[in-house]
Amino acid sequence: MTSTTGVASRAMAGFGKSALGRAFGSWLGKIAGGFLILLLLMAIFAPWITPFDYAAQDLMNGNTPPAWPHLLGTDRFGRDVLSRVIYGARTSLSVSATAIAISVSVGMTLGAAAGYFGGLFERVVMTVVDLTWSFPDILIALIFVAIIGPGLTSTMFAIAIAYLAQFTRLTRAQIVQLKRETFIEATINLGARPSHILLRHLLPNAIAPVIVVGMLAIGDGIVLEATLGFFGLGAQPPTPSWGAMMSSGTAQLFLSPWVIIFPGVVVAVTVVAVNLFGDELIRALDIRDRIRGA
Amino acid sequence: MTMLEVRDLEVAFGPIAPLSGVSFSLSKGETLGIVGESGSGKSLAAMSVLGLLPLSGGRITAGSIIFDGQELAGLPEPAYRKLRGGRIGLITQNPMTSLDPLQKIGPQVDAVAVLHLGMTSAQARARTVDILGTLRIPEPALICNRYPHQMSGGMKQRIVIAMALAADPDLLVADEPTTALDVTVQAQIIRLLDDLVKERDLALVLITHDMSVVAQTCDKVVVMYAGRVVERGTVTAIFDAPQHPYTQALIGCIPGAAGADEHLTSIPGTVPTVLNYPKGCPFHTRCAHMQPICTTDVPAFVSHNDSAAACHFAGDMK
Repeated sequence: MTSTTGVASRAMAGFGKSALGRAFGSWLGKIAGGFLILLLLMAIFAPWITPFDYAAQDLMNGNTPPAWPHLLGTDRFGRDVLSRVIYGARTSLSVSATAIAISVSVGMTLGAAAGYFGGLFERVVMTVVDLTWSFPDILIALIFVAIIGPGLTSTMFAIAIAYLAQFTRLTRAQIVQLKRETFIEATINLGARPSHILLRHLLPNAIAPVIVVGMLAIGDGIVLEATLGFFGLGAQPPTPSWGAMMSSGTAQLFLSPWVIIFPGVVVAVTVVAVNLFGDELIRALDIRDRIRGA
Repeated sequence: MTMLEVRDLEVAFGPIAPLSGVSFSLSKGETLGIVGESGSGKSLAAMSVLGLLPLSGGRITAGSIIFDGQELAGLPEPAYRKLRGGRIGLITQNPMTSLDPLQKIGPQVDAVAVLHLGMTSAQARARTVDILGTLRIPEPALICNRYPHQMSGGMKQRIVIAMALAADPDLLVADEPTTALDVTVQAQIIRLLDDLVKERDLALVLITHDMSVVAQTCDKVVVMYAGRVVERGTVTAIFDAPQHPYTQALIGCIPGAAGADEHLTSIPGTVPTVLNYPKGCPFHTRCAHMQPICTTDVPAFVSHNDSAAACHFAGDMK
């Protein structure tokens, strides 16, 4: 018994010392991080906690204001807004996180290679990547919609490409700076191969800012997903998406404002929480000056 | 047995040649000191031996570097990579930043033996602990689990030395190994290097601007100025009867040599930069004995006992 609590408290102490633990240390971090964990749990357990089927229509009970049993009211098809908001978390988080994961992996690979090898390769990669940055996000999404049709896949690619430049540039900047560090020179002096230097020394030292910027980008990705959903380029009915819900609510903005307000509030609060927690992470990792290069 | 022989080495970065006519040789169990002020080309000579010039855009344009019978000038990078950290170890000036801040000490040292001796990580760890022990690091097994930021500067320098020794090199190049350390630790590190040379029969190139360190540890000395060797010889010959005015001035700068009450002496002026190396004798702009010939003709080496100096008036001066 005592030994188990000992292990547990030691594990807690380890978490407290880790960067994530330190980010949770302040009350701001606790609130923002707590909300994000709650949102994540809601997204994961959506089928078990939603009071209604998100797609079940009940046309007789359309546009009912928030009241029991529809806590956040219903839309014009009589679908439960709360259930749709909870399922919407699934769509938003998974689309944004997947897109950013793609963006981070491709961006880090390109940026690391460009920064390490330099020369013509670097110039070509950075020019192409900068070019993607010059296109507005919506335009990139439109290109994908034109190629593969509207839907979450297009949204995902659009978000991934929109943030590719940021991760490539950030990683490249880190690598270029680290390359001149004495310990990298020392590693070269010991006869290490380039692959060893890049994978064992450069990337681990470059990853912290990328993690934080990635975290912040998930917040932006949620907004972009909602935006594309709002314009009908993202999630297609009946897939619940915060953006699409708001879009469908515009028709009855004055008749049933709850249809548009609740998803909107959730988007706003989520993005604020992501940013606040991201700031706490930056503070915990002590990398404020390294983020500016992005 | 000659371990390293550098002959008439000339190094160029584009049209600029910061190093020319550099020669020295070194046998097993010997320590060679390369001395000179900052900017005199000491480190560049070391970089040439380790094949690190291409990284900063330089190249060897003339001369040869023979290591254990093998010509190193023009050796391709993959072959050089095997020598570096393997048969030639380098100890750099800055132990504070020479270790990866994210890795524990153990794995960093282990990696050298894994790479160059083909050991498994368990074998390499046993070897690491062993080497750390011989470097008088207390509790080596515990130290392996520490991160660099948990250690003092002197300790980090020992770890850097351990990494240089991990693959059992024949030649060790120490580029100002004590510059970043405080004085008490400096003495320990210098003594440690001296012991290593004797115990392991190493050849050590010790680059320093500290003449008193040279006097204590070296067998041979090469004095460099403005990218050239101005005097070379055995340590006794050079300290007993320095022939070149620059060597004399350097020895004159050792604190204590002039007596406790006096101000520290210094050599007026600074080393000329690569872009305006003087014609003739490179030292003539700061030399107290300068004559007209010094500004026009490059002096040849004049032998004197166990040393040779590149001065028109070597042997004539007191």
